[in-house]
Amino acid sequence: MNDNIRRRKRHEAVFGVVGLVALMIGVLTFAVLFADMALKGAGRLDLDFFTSFPSRRAGQAGILSAWVGSTLVMLTTAFFAVPLGVAAGVYLEEYARRNWVTDLIEINITNLAGVPSIVYGLLALGLFVYQFGFGQSILSAGLTLALLILPVVIVATREAIRSIPQEIREGSYALGATKWQTVRYHILPYSSAGILTGIIIGMARAIGETAPIITIGALTFIAFLPPSPVQAAPPFLSFEWLFSPFTVMPIQMFNWTSRPEAAFQVNAAAAGFVLVVMTLAMNGAAIWLRYRLRRNIKW
Amino acid sequence: MVLFLAALVSVFTTVGIVYVLVKESVVFFQHVPLADFLTDTQWTPLFDDAHFGIVVLLSGTLTSSMVALSIAIPLGTVIAIYLSEFAHHRLREVAKPFLELLGGVPTIVYGYFALLFVTPLLQKIYPGLPGFNLLAAGLVMGIMIIPYVASISEDAMRAVPMSLREGSYAMGATRLQTALRVVFPAAFSGVAAAYILGISRAVGETMILAVAAGMQPNLTFNPLEPAATITAYIVQVALGDLPHGSVGYQTIFAAGLTLMLITLVFNIAGHLLRKRFREAY
Repeated sequence: MNDNIRRRKRHEAVFGVVGLVALMIGVLTFAVLFADMALKGAGRLDLDFFTSFPSRRAGQAGILSAWVGSTLVMLTTAFFAVPLGVAAGVYLEEYARRNWVTDLIEINITNLAGVPSIVYGLLALGLFVYQFGFGQSILSAGLTLALLILPVVIVATREAIRSIPQEIREGSYALGATKWQTVRYHILPYSSAGILTGIIIGMARAIGETAPIITIGALTFIAFLPPSPVQAAPPFLSFEWLFSPFTVMPIQMFNWTSRPEAAFQVNAAAAGFVLVVMTLAMNGAAIWLRYRLRRNIKW
Repeated sequence: MVLFLAALVSVFTTVGIVYVLVKESVVFFQHVPLADFLTDTQWTPLFDDAHFGIVVLLSGTLTSSMVALSIAIPLGTVIAIYLSEFAHHRLREVAKPFLELLGGVPTIVYGYFALLFVTPLLQKIYPGLPGFNLLAAGLVMGIMIIPYVASISEDAMRAVPMSLREGSYAMGATRLQTALRVVFPAAFSGVAAAYILGISRAVGETMILAVAAGMQPNLTFNPLEPAATITAYIVQVALGDLPHGSVGYQTIFAAGLTLMLITLVFNIAGHLLRKRFREAY
């Protein structure tokens, strides 16, 4: 009897260690990956690296066109994904009736979240690049990534709205507000932090996506910048950059990684380090925001 | 009304994906009989002597996914049980966000890691290993999938009502016995959904394989060899300069359609299982 209990307790202790080790494998892998890139890439991480174009000589190559491209693509993505995602989330939570159309939309969103990202690339290649004639441009890439992160933004919006108690809506209606006024002055402001969390997580995913952008045919070697959106002559704003060829951070890194010369792989490490720091910062900000949100809200 | 149209964009996206994939694939299958596509054992679409045997690419996808899952499923399950049943809630509060961060690392970075860190490491143990191989890519892919499997499984286990655990403790069971014989079976449909979503993730993963497994079509189930997967093939073609409308261009849509159908089956299965565990209590 006693032996049996002791054996069970021993199994229990062993599992406690096994669980911790399993958790540590994930954590340690990431630590090794991060340290490896930081150590290898450290020598290249200076101001020149951020202000130089890619070059045939590894020592002079930089990520200027890559980070400018990433920034412009992200702007385009946010411009489409945020209004569409939030509007769709608000519709599904506040306006939609329970009928087959709503069911269809919901099943669709769940399913889209599971479609491999490269399939979005094929969609964009067939539709945006050739059918609509946008070409291999920043606009095509921004639209592709916007569709890709749309499910993330919609789901986050819905969850944020669902956590608002029904009494808030009833109070607003009791004062004579219309449905739109209730949404505009109560639902959206109260759910904004939750929605923002979803947007940041979506953007962090978009900035690291490589496959769909390669599929639409982004170039891997770009030694010029897209035309500037702000110009000296009227009308001062130009949208020519939307149709410019471009490259982005992950593609630049892919290009350097797949070269046999060790010097370029050092560049890949440096670019990877920058990329990881950016996505970690974004995801970290989202997690921190959610944590604060859970602590501060008391309905 | 405007809001309704925004919600419909997701439906249009699906319609768009199906339209593009099917449209190009239909043209492709006018050149290449479906029987050849499914039974040919060579994949040389860009050679003069062109063969279109999708089995070749499928073997790469299958082998790398098996390697990844043999890492992700055991580790993910153990982590889920540990976090849900054993860990102090403080540790859980730290570990869950950390796992989320791991899942947010761009896959190209994992690809770099597989090619330039894991492969040289494995070559020290097994010197004959080629520079491109499915093993390193699969292992790193497994690590990448752990957070998904662990997170969804843990949610499923935490949804098991406390009363079931208390009943088990009252009978004198230890925490481990309760976890393995009461909580795990009760949460099984949710855990299975996590596994299936993990599989779908592995099948659709692109950059790790394109970087670390090589892009050479190779009919093999040996993880020590280099081989192309469906996704890596699409990347390879996209990097090249194939004219719009050529058979080579259409192959990537046929390959994409195959990929889409495979992941769709897994996603639907996972979705149904997840729904079941939600309704259980």
